[in-house]
Parts: sequence; C-alpha cells; structure tokens
Amino acid sequence: MTAVSDPADNPDTDLSRRRFLTAAVAGVSAAGAAFAITPFISSWQPSERARAMGAPIEFDFSKLQVGQMVTLVWRKQPIYVVRRSLELVQKLASHNAMLKDPNSLQSDQPAFAKNTMRSRRADLLVLIGTCTHLGCLPKQHFEPGEAALGADWPGGFFCPCHGSRFDLAGRVINGSPASVNLRVPPYYFKDQNTLIVGLDGSTSKGAA
Amino acid sequence: MASADQNLPAEAGKAQGGFMAWLNKRLPVSEFVKSQLLEYYAPKNFNIWYFFGSLALLVLVMQLVSGIFLTMFYKVGEATSFDSVEYIMREVNYGWLLRYLHSTGASAFFIVVYLHMFRAFLYGSYKAPRELLWLFGMLIYLALMAEAFMGYVLPWGNMSYWGAQVIVNLFSTIPVIGPGLVEWIRGDYGIADATLNRFFALHVVAVPLALLLLVTLHLVALRQVGSNNPDGVEIKEHKGPDGTPIDGIPFHPYYTVKDVVGVGFFLVLFCIVVFFVPTFNDVFLEKANFEPANPLSTPEHIAPVWYFTPFYAILRAVPDQKMGALLMLIAVMSFFFLPWLDRSPVKSVRYRGAIHKVFLAIFTVSFLALMYLGLKPAEDVYVILARVFAVGYFSFFIFLFLYTYFGWEKTKPVPTRVTFHHD
Repeated sequence: MTAVSDPADNPDTDLSRRRFLTAAVAGVSAAGAAFAITPFISSWQPSERARAMGAPIEFDFSKLQVGQMVTLVWRKQPIYVVRRSLELVQKLASHNAMLKDPNSLQSDQPAFAKNTMRSRRADLLVLIGTCTHLGCLPKQHFEPGEAALGADWPGGFFCPCHGSRFDLAGRVINGSPASVNLRVPPYYFKDQNTLIVGLDGSTSKGAA
Repeated sequence: MASADQNLPAEAGKAQGGFMAWLNKRLPVSEFVKSQLLEYYAPKNFNIWYFFGSLALLVLVMQLVSGIFLTMFYKVGEATSFDSVEYIMREVNYGWLLRYLHSTGASAFFIVVYLHMFRAFLYGSYKAPRELLWLFGMLIYLALMAEAFMGYVLPWGNMSYWGAQVIVNLFSTIPVIGPGLVEWIRGDYGIADATLNRFFALHVVAVPLALLLLVTLHLVALRQVGSNNPDGVEIKEHKGPDGTPIDGIPFHPYYTVKDVVGVGFFLVLFCIVVFFVPTFNDVFLEKANFEPANPLSTPEHIAPVWYFTPFYAILRAVPDQKMGALLMLIAVMSFFFLPWLDRSPVKSVRYRGAIHKVFLAIFTVSFLALMYLGLKPAEDVYVILARVFAVGYFSFFIFLFLYTYFGWEKTKPVPTRVTFHHD
C-alpha cells in the first residue's frame, strides 16, 4: 500500500477555503434536516377530522332545575353545566379568605367570566370539568357543610384523584394540590334557553 | 465449538479447517465467543445481587416474544382495543397466557431492574470508571418507564384512559410551551384514538428498538470497564503471569452456569404469579382497568402501577401542581447524577462509613414507603407520611454529596484483593 498523504499537510492547500466548505455543507445539511423533520413533527398535531369534531356544541338548558348538573362533551372534555340557587351565588363573595385565587387572576377563563361568580349568568355555571391539577373529573358536592368535607364546606366540587376542592364558582380552595381555578370554556347564550359552548359570542372566533 | 468441526466427515473440508473455519473466515464467531465469554474475566466473588443483570436480559427477551404474539391478535383503536384484549383473554388459544406473561413480565422487569440498581447503590458500581455504564443503565430505566406507561394505555380500560390523562397532563406544567405540547402529544383535545394509536406505534416499534440499542451500549460499556464486585476492588489491577486477573474467572462456564441457576429460581416465582395470581391482588393489573375507558367517569382512586408509585407519591405530596411535577422529575433525574454526587474514594458499602450506611438505609426505607403510599388514596395521613418519606428520599442525595465532599465520612481501609480468595 502506498501511503496517502494528508492534503492538509501540503502547504499549497487552502485550509480556510476547506473550512468554509465544510461549515457550509454542515450548515445546509442541518437546515435540510430541520425542514425534513417538520412533516413528522406536524403529523402529531390534531388532524383535520379531530379539529372538525371540535366544533361548537348547542344545549337547551330549559329543563335544568336548581341544584342539577349536566355534563356535556366538547372537544373530548366534559363540560359541567350547573343551575345554581341565587342564594348560594350571593354567598360566593363571603368565603374569599379560603380561596387560592378568589379573583381568578392566575386562572384561565374568557374575560366575561373573570368575576366572583365566574359566569355570564348568575344562575348558570359553565365549566370545563377537568381538574386543573392533573385532569381528573371533580365530583359534585353541592350541599354546603357536607359532613365528609368539613363544616366550612361552601358547596362545590371535590376531585377524588388527589383531593382538590373547588367552590360553586369552580374556584380552588386552599390546601388543594391544584393551583388555579377550574377553567371556563368560551360560551354564550343564543337565546333565553340555548347555550353554545365553543364560541364566546362576541366574535366569530372559537377557542384557541 | 472445536469438537463440532472434528465430527464433520468430509476429508476435504477438514483439510481446510471444516465448517467453523469457513464460517470464521466470514463471520468472527469463535473470536467473539472467546473474547466475550471464554476469556472475559469477571470477579470471582459475585454474590446473589449479581443475578439481576442476566435476569433483566431474560425478561427483555420474554417481553419481546410475548409482545410480538399479542400484536397478532390486538386491534388498536378506541372502538376495538378493549374488545380485542377481551378476545385475547377468552377466545384466542392460550391468549390468556400470552397476556399474563406480558403483564407479569412488565412487573418482573421492574423488580429485577430495581434490584439490579440497588446492587449498584450497595457496591458503588456507578462510580468511576463505570459512570457511562450507569448512565446507559439509567437511560434503559427511562425507556422502560415510557414503554410500561404506553403499554398500560393499550388495553384501553378506564385506568388506562385516566392514567394517560394524568401523566400526559404533567407536561402541561412546563411553562409557556406546556398546553401546546400536551395537545401535540395527544393529537386531539383530549386523550383519544389518535393518542392510543401513536402510543401503540411507540410501544411496539420505537421504544423497543431504542431499548435494544441501549442494552447493547450498556453491555459494550460493561465489557470495556469490567464488572464491579461486592468488595469494590478493581480486579484488573492484579494480574497473574498469564496476563489475566488473579481474582477473575472466565464468564463461561463459571457465571453462565451460575446465571442458569438464577434463571431457574426466577422462572419458578414468575410462573407462580402468572398461573395463580396474575393480577397480584390488584397491584400488577388493577380492577378499574377491567372496565372500558370512559372519559366521563374517573375511577374512585387513580393509582399508577406499583413501579411508578414512589414518584407518584412525591407528586401528590406537594400542594402545588408545578412544584409537584418538578420534584417528581428531580426524584427520577437524581439517579443520573449519582456518580458525581458521591465523592467517596471507597466503592463498596462494606468499607464505607456508618453515616453512609445510615443514609442508604433511610433512602431504601423511603423508596419502599413511597411505593406503598403511592398505591393508597390521597388522604390526609398518607399525604403527610409521603411528605416525610419524600424528605428522606431527597436527603440521601443531598447528604451523600455533603459528607463525601467535606470528608465527614470515616471509611475503612479497602483490601487490595477481593476478600474471597484461597491462595
């Protein structure tokens, strides 16, 4: 075998030109790889079908009685619709001291629900029914002072998975592993008795 | 190997060395067997803790085989997954056996891997020069956790669904990108068919390939640095006139025979579980997973399978979502830093100071206690105990660094040779 001499040892070799070419090829390859990987990454986004299935839903709540709750499904998420008694709604402002975020400053809700009752209408509460801790379904415990939940229990939701507690406006109670209030979906009332979940009514824009 | 080609009748072939010579010219079979088994010297003082590496390899193979057969009958999909698992259980010949081998194998994998890791804790097997060996092992452990989590989703029972919901939602705690990342992982606005389908692809193709690659790297790194031993002495430092370690014995036949005995004991225990207690009293397979996934009904109490519960207990112990997720992440990742946290020049627990023995005991008790508490509901006394043991868990890593860095640990002299020798 004849020894192959390294061109880099040859004083006539233009090393800076070589370095430039190496860097250019590496740079273009990296950019190409980044472009090539995009379709694969993007394929994991919700498909057109999943997006279409996520369209707004309509619900006629005229038969919902005070103290009753129905669970709708919007975008695979349970939507809790609760008819609250006005008496309990008026008490919502009185237990702010036991709440982590009484004024919903850290929490996720449309602007219209950033108030004490966290809703458009005082009597009707609409929430995304997944716990803001890790996504379980908080259960309804609407009776104030329920024995298992303590004498100061204001009525609301209790998550059986990790013990998060929420009041009747979906606001998180101190000592819960959840840090923020239950989320409120975009919704509006098409007429006196019809709820639309998925659009907030003010614009034609749906949820992000 | 040598006797095989002597039995070949063909004279002409024999003149050229026979079949083995033909083969070796094209594939280095004999060379490989010689370097990896016959002339690979392992310390002669291995004890019972040294069974679990080969057992992990055995379980890996069993999982691959039973898994391949399960995919022949399993039909992935929101509408079909649960039914096809029931079909396997009730109508496929020996389908119940295939499934119980695979589900018991998952738990067995973690049992042998945890014991294998504990061995490294006892004898300092993660310390120089074995840091990379330890890191490859930890990557295997992470891949195994991903594999087990996604495998648990596939039967599409209610615990599959809600387990996926809870674990995937952990990613939403990442600042800024969290919510978008969760939607990307799920491929829908909730855990859905798209999620199930991609978990299937990852569980049966991507992660097993990664596992095989990592196991290969783990073994290559082991061959490079050699096994540690209960005395934590480097046998390569004392070689005989023939250039082989005086305290070493060839892996084959000495340790292959020893490992076969371990395999025998393991298979007896494994079969007892498979045939008599496959659900292991709600621990290996949970009751709630025998009903179909229901997005509108959370099981009364969500607990992951036992091998995740130490970390899950830490997650639940913290009354803040982001801090809980962060502490859980740190709890897992702490293992990676062990080679650099432990500054002691002494490897084996046999020659380490009392303070180290105390903290190793605290860690072991805390890990087992957290494992138990993670299986229990998130009620007051369990949460308080979980906080106590989480402190115990983390104090091991913190104090390990402190007492080895500042030299507070009084170690004993380490022998130059392994203590189990007759010459």
